[in-house]
Amino acid sequence: MSFDPTVQSPATLAEAYALLSEPDRALKVIAGGTDLMVLMNAHMLDAAAFLDIWRVDELRGITDEGDALRVGALTTYTHLIGSDLIQRHAPALVAASRTIGAMQIQNRGTIGGNIVNASPAGDSLPVLAAYDAEVEIGSARGTRRVAFNEFYAGYRRTMLQPDELVLAVRIPKLKEGERDFFWKVGTRRAQAISKTVLAAKAAMNGKTIEAINIGVGSVAPTVIRASQTERLLTGARLTPALLEQARQTIGQEITPITDLRSTEHYRRTVTGNVLVKFLRQLAT
Amino acid sequence: MDTDKVFDLCSSVCIRGFFSVFMNVRFEVNGIEKVVEAPPMKRLLDVLREELRLTGTKEGCGEGECGACSVIVDGEVINSCLVPVCQVQGCTVLTVEGLSRDGRLDPLQQAFLECGGAQCGICTPGMLIAARALLDENEQPTRDEIAQAIAGNLCRCTGYVKIIDAIEQAAEIKER
Repeated sequence: MSFDPTVQSPATLAEAYALLSEPDRALKVIAGGTDLMVLMNAHMLDAAAFLDIWRVDELRGITDEGDALRVGALTTYTHLIGSDLIQRHAPALVAASRTIGAMQIQNRGTIGGNIVNASPAGDSLPVLAAYDAEVEIGSARGTRRVAFNEFYAGYRRTMLQPDELVLAVRIPKLKEGERDFFWKVGTRRAQAISKTVLAAKAAMNGKTIEAINIGVGSVAPTVIRASQTERLLTGARLTPALLEQARQTIGQEITPITDLRSTEHYRRTVTGNVLVKFLRQLAT
Repeated sequence: MDTDKVFDLCSSVCIRGFFSVFMNVRFEVNGIEKVVEAPPMKRLLDVLREELRLTGTKEGCGEGECGACSVIVDGEVINSCLVPVCQVQGCTVLTVEGLSRDGRLDPLQQAFLECGGAQCGICTPGMLIAARALLDENEQPTRDEIAQAIAGNLCRCTGYVKIIDAIEQAAEIKER
């Protein structure tokens, strides 16, 4: 006879905070379940008590805050794809959402879950990295904000305290004249974990790159910014020679491993190719 | 009260109290309100198949990759192997059994029959549900849109062509 976990399903943030604040009670937070239930089904999740936040509507909604969009943690990929605001102000996030799983996963998987699950291969994460997003965190003790690019402490480790929830992610809007980009390389066009996944945005002045942010996943223990490559490209004029330098630099900068999905060599090579794909787009 | 009944009552309460936590989940399935008593983290897939005896929905992978367990919850197609039953409290669920009405096949089911969209049939309930979700939202899908809508449903037999033919045909029939 198995021991079934208990579940609390609060309807408000206040209730959720109160439950999380109870001492000596480790609660596993579950949202859309598209990561956690896979682990549970494989008997790889050792949790006796769950906090089901699916009903906390305060965690839903996409709001326009002027220079940024505030995206509630429980926003699903389907909602991101269908959102006028995201389409206009962060189109790379729409592109990323379309590559995640398939309809069934997109209807249930949430951006908050993607962030907290902290997989190095999370497909929305390179977009959030490139966009310099901000994570809004809450608990009974109050709310705080952490830069997305400072949110990960290491492989699958976030800066969240045990009594905290991710409430939302704040994404600065794409500015006039800026262009963004997203490309995921996977075994299939759907239902695939990425071998390498890259998001970027850049501001051009003619053929000169004024500013560029490059986020990459599946090539390090966490999502990363390719800052060396960014430094090489900032203020540089787009020439065939620069493209080759960029390809080399990012290939060397990242720290991919060989695993069941891909090899280190493949990841270094193909990440370089994907970056060049973006840079060629910028040149036209 | 005779001793057998007292013993049964005591043992079921004791076993539940010490080893299992049960909750009542009230939700609508194929138009009918159901109340189910189950452990809250039990998968919707298992509740449908075991408590409700609706075995049309299949388990193919248990990890949200194959779509054989697809059902529609509150108008959205999802993998029922990834949804704990506590999360469908008060929701509306449609399974493959709910497609036909009063013994009449849904145009999708009819089209699958006519086009040869099923071989072994294990993916078929999930395919029908994914197709139903598509047509509810997009009455005139292109073949590309159909392919995208069933990208989460794996078929090892047909090669997908006749499945897409069937969905396309069903869409045309509804148009007429």
